[in-house]
Amino acid sequence: MAGRGRDTPVSPAPGSPSDRVRARADLAAGGSGPGPGPNPGSGSVSGEDQGIRLVGVTRRYGGVAAVERVDLAVPPGRRLAVVGPSGCGKSTLLGLISGLDEPDEGVIDVLGATGPAARLARCALMPQRDLLLPWRSALANAAVSLENRGMSRRAARAAVRPLFARFGLAGAEDFLPRQLSGGMRQRVAFLRTFVAGKEVLLLDEPFGALDAITRAEAQEWLRATLEAEPRTVVLVTHDVEEALLLGHEVVVLAARPGRVAARVAVDLPAARSRRELLATAEFVGLRDEVLAALEQGSSAPSVEPERL
Amino acid sequence: MTPRPTSRRGAWGVRRWGPPTVVLVAIAAAWELATAVLGVEDYILPAPSAVAHALVDRWDSTLASATWVTLTEVVAGFAIAVGAGLLIACALHFSRTARSALYPWLIGSQTVPVVVIAPVLAIIFGYSLTPKLILVALLCFFPIVVATLDGLSAVDDDLRRMMRTLYGTRWSIFWRVELPAALPSLFTGLRLSAAYASTAAVFGEYSGSSDGLGHVMRQAVPQLQSALVFAAIALLSAMSVALFVLVTALETALVGWAHEGKSTNR
Repeated sequence: MAGRGRDTPVSPAPGSPSDRVRARADLAAGGSGPGPGPNPGSGSVSGEDQGIRLVGVTRRYGGVAAVERVDLAVPPGRRLAVVGPSGCGKSTLLGLISGLDEPDEGVIDVLGATGPAARLARCALMPQRDLLLPWRSALANAAVSLENRGMSRRAARAAVRPLFARFGLAGAEDFLPRQLSGGMRQRVAFLRTFVAGKEVLLLDEPFGALDAITRAEAQEWLRATLEAEPRTVVLVTHDVEEALLLGHEVVVLAARPGRVAARVAVDLPAARSRRELLATAEFVGLRDEVLAALEQGSSAPSVEPERL
Repeated sequence: MTPRPTSRRGAWGVRRWGPPTVVLVAIAAAWELATAVLGVEDYILPAPSAVAHALVDRWDSTLASATWVTLTEVVAGFAIAVGAGLLIACALHFSRTARSALYPWLIGSQTVPVVVIAPVLAIIFGYSLTPKLILVALLCFFPIVVATLDGLSAVDDDLRRMMRTLYGTRWSIFWRVELPAALPSLFTGLRLSAAYASTAAVFGEYSGSSDGLGHVMRQAVPQLQSALVFAAIALLSAMSVALFVLVTALETALVGWAHEGKSTNR
């Protein structure tokens, strides 16, 4: 079920004060390059059905290939989960897609943008560590991208404030990061990424630093949030369950050099509790499939990949 | 390192000022007692009461104007050092070329002893304010530059990358990430500088001046007016402490996030 059209994604509370403020910021930041509108989901600029495409992407560091001849495609509004052992170049891949890094070989196309600056304008990256600014309140942290685009502090915070309740963060606005729990901090970090209004979200082990129980909650929360506010997502994780819960497709990478070992389409029965979902035959089967691919990927010789 | 206040309230409370005050009073009392019991002459070691007398008696005629002059030198020189130090640190941070060209000379500037440079400046600029300002600024700006530069470059590179994906430009990353992150380090430099400032001012006055606490001391020592010398020292110390406290208060207000409560989530 690939290529489900996302022409009319859910727009956050159209006509709300925050939208108007954002529109103003967009005008204020008019000279800041070909970035997409700050209000995500107001339709892509070109209106074309383009997502993310990687063709034959290789990146070497000092002669050693971190990722080699990787092909990936993510249709717009879909979520791709990338799993693999450590050292398989998962984070490298996100750096490449985001435009923070450039491949040695191959082409990366993000919504029609191939240059690094243009890719950077379309991608928001959420790192494993929350990387919240410790001197800023949760609200000010979430609003930082709006300030970067030229909005005043006051306007930026006013625009973000209404989102706190929607992201399960009501009451946390004025706390400093260190006063929040790990799960809350991660939510603030996601909200900050979300507020940037990019079409593409790159999530680098977003819940890797959380304990298992908090992580389960955070996954549920992210899944629900992304169902309500669809984005084109590349999620990198080493947690197979997380990959299956959050991704529409799972790509398994093999390590040294990082390369695609398997692709698994995720088709799970809809709308049940997490616990029930985890117990379904479909989920168990998919998990086994991914785990098998991981096993094979890691046992394969690094020079000549075995036929899978 | 100063003791960190456990809370904003405690910073100005009895817990903070009580113990040092007790120590001060105890030393003064012992001193007073010793000079009285041992019968030490005033010109050799004046009793605290004699110093207090001198402080009051000579305030209007000498000390008030001298304190004002020295205070001006210290505050203005320190302000110049802060301004120049921050400017230089930022320039070095932004430009690799500036860094490689200027950094060796910055270190070189610190190898010239103040004792040597003070008379030279007095020859060039005479008894005016200028040589004192130069001395104070010269001595104070170095810790500020080094500490600020350290703070600016110690910023986590992942933070910069993250900001770049959030429309962060070189400037906005500097303003919203690097500068705030460098503040704790900057204040370490400021506190060091604040301690140097009055020393430098007095050196300047010793080398040639017509007023100021250093001038008062230089005049009073040959006349064996020891009580006046001690009064001037007391005023000088009070000035240094006041500057230090001011810097620390500013630090508490600006970078409270780094010190209060639990450790940061690094």
